Amino acid sequence: MAEITATQDAGTEMEVALTVNGEARRVRVEPRKTLADTLREDLGLTGTHLGCEHGVCGACTVLLDGAAVRACLVFAVQAEGAEVTTIEGLAADADSLTAVQRAFREHHGLQCGFCTPGFVLSVTAFLRDNPAPGEEEIRDGLSGNLCRCTGYQGIIRAVKAAAEEMGRR
Amino acid sequence: MKPAPFGYHAPADVAEATALLSELGDDAKVLAGGQSLVPMMALRLARPEQVVDVNRVAGLGGVRRENGTLVVGATTRHVALERDPVVAAAVPLLARAAPYIGHFQIRNRGTLGGSLAHADAAAELPAVARALDAEFELAGPDGTRRVAAAAFFRTLFTTALEPDELLVAVRFPIWRPRSGFAVAEVARRHGDFALAGAVCGVQVDAGRISRVAIGLIGMGSVPLRAEAVERSLTGSEAAALDLDDVGAQAVAGTDPPSDVHAGTHYRAKVGAALVARALSTALKEADHG
Repeated sequence: MAEITATQDAGTEMEVALTVNGEARRVRVEPRKTLADTLREDLGLTGTHLGCEHGVCGACTVLLDGAAVRACLVFAVQAEGAEVTTIEGLAADADSLTAVQRAFREHHGLQCGFCTPGFVLSVTAFLRDNPAPGEEEIRDGLSGNLCRCTGYQGIIRAVKAAAEEMGRR
Repeated sequence: MKPAPFGYHAPADVAEATALLSELGDDAKVLAGGQSLVPMMALRLARPEQVVDVNRVAGLGGVRRENGTLVVGATTRHVALERDPVVAAAVPLLARAAPYIGHFQIRNRGTLGGSLAHADAAAELPAVARALDAEFELAGPDGTRRVAAAAFFRTLFTTALEPDELLVAVRFPIWRPRSGFAVAEVARRHGDFALAGAVCGVQVDAGRISRVAIGLIGMGSVPLRAEAVERSLTGSEAAALDLDDVGAQAVAGTDPPSDVHAGTHYRAKVGAALVARALSTALKEADHG
């Protein structure tokens, strides 16, 4: 933790060690670089999308030590020692999609796909904490992510279907 | 990268944090959950030259009971207020206000101390702290001082915190069991800042109100407490109250802000209705025996 407590001047890059999708990674970034930008630009994980870049749209949602957070509102230097899961970390390939991913595909939970990684990570965390949500709870759980294509009905159906499938297992 | 460049500091304890704040002075900004500060930095409405991140400060998170109060550490996240059974049992109003804050992704990151130090009068936690007369523990280079909620919130986004001070904990009085509590607010969409809102606590003995607290959300430049109404309600018969009249009195003399979403007059009307609603719900929950 020594390098983290050290005083850093503006513009000076800092070394950050974190675990991303199960793999230990090291990056050198300016303190002002968000976790979202770092994932995309320094680690090549462009599945994390950036919409508003000020915490409204939810497109950049990732799991930080298991909790769904807006990656545009966390600086990469704050993720020192943390475990991050991005959309790339959910499934190894197209044949092993998670129940949430499959449900989004089957129930028209996406059209253009821009908001989808954020939705999938939010819903993954939401269903982990609340495995049998009611309709109102689902709507509340989805309220932190914006979609401009679907009108949300397909997404709501996908969450219900994923919850049912995960409940059967 | 949208924010302007800044120097980053992540102190490990309170002494190191206050020493840094003291050394950096006005150039520094404390970063807690970052759910208000980082958007402001992204939009460059805030351009701190130095950022002191308190997320790694030891002992700043967590809750404990102490001498009839619930001591909530400044970096306790909203999600903990929402889910921790200790909070729900000791200060139900905190647990009930938490779900109204933003969305669950925001609550996973946002902190009690950050919200209070940011001091948005339209936010839920400042109103709860003001209504319950919470006490704020501020650490500075020369030690710790305690400030009552009424003195902590000075004006719009401005608190009693000096540039070299850090909010370390907030003490909420624990009301006796069988009290009633409620939150009521109106927002354009769930998770948005409320147009207006009310938080309420009430205790009833032999049918008469023995203790009552009414906080107003978004009705002025600071979180307000309807103290005159609380005084007039104390001792009165709970079943005989005209709640609409109580609501109207609670917002009398307030000067709520006007913007594209709602004008001053409309906010006052909604605020009055929400006080009536919150008090009605709290009275139903309270044991009247």
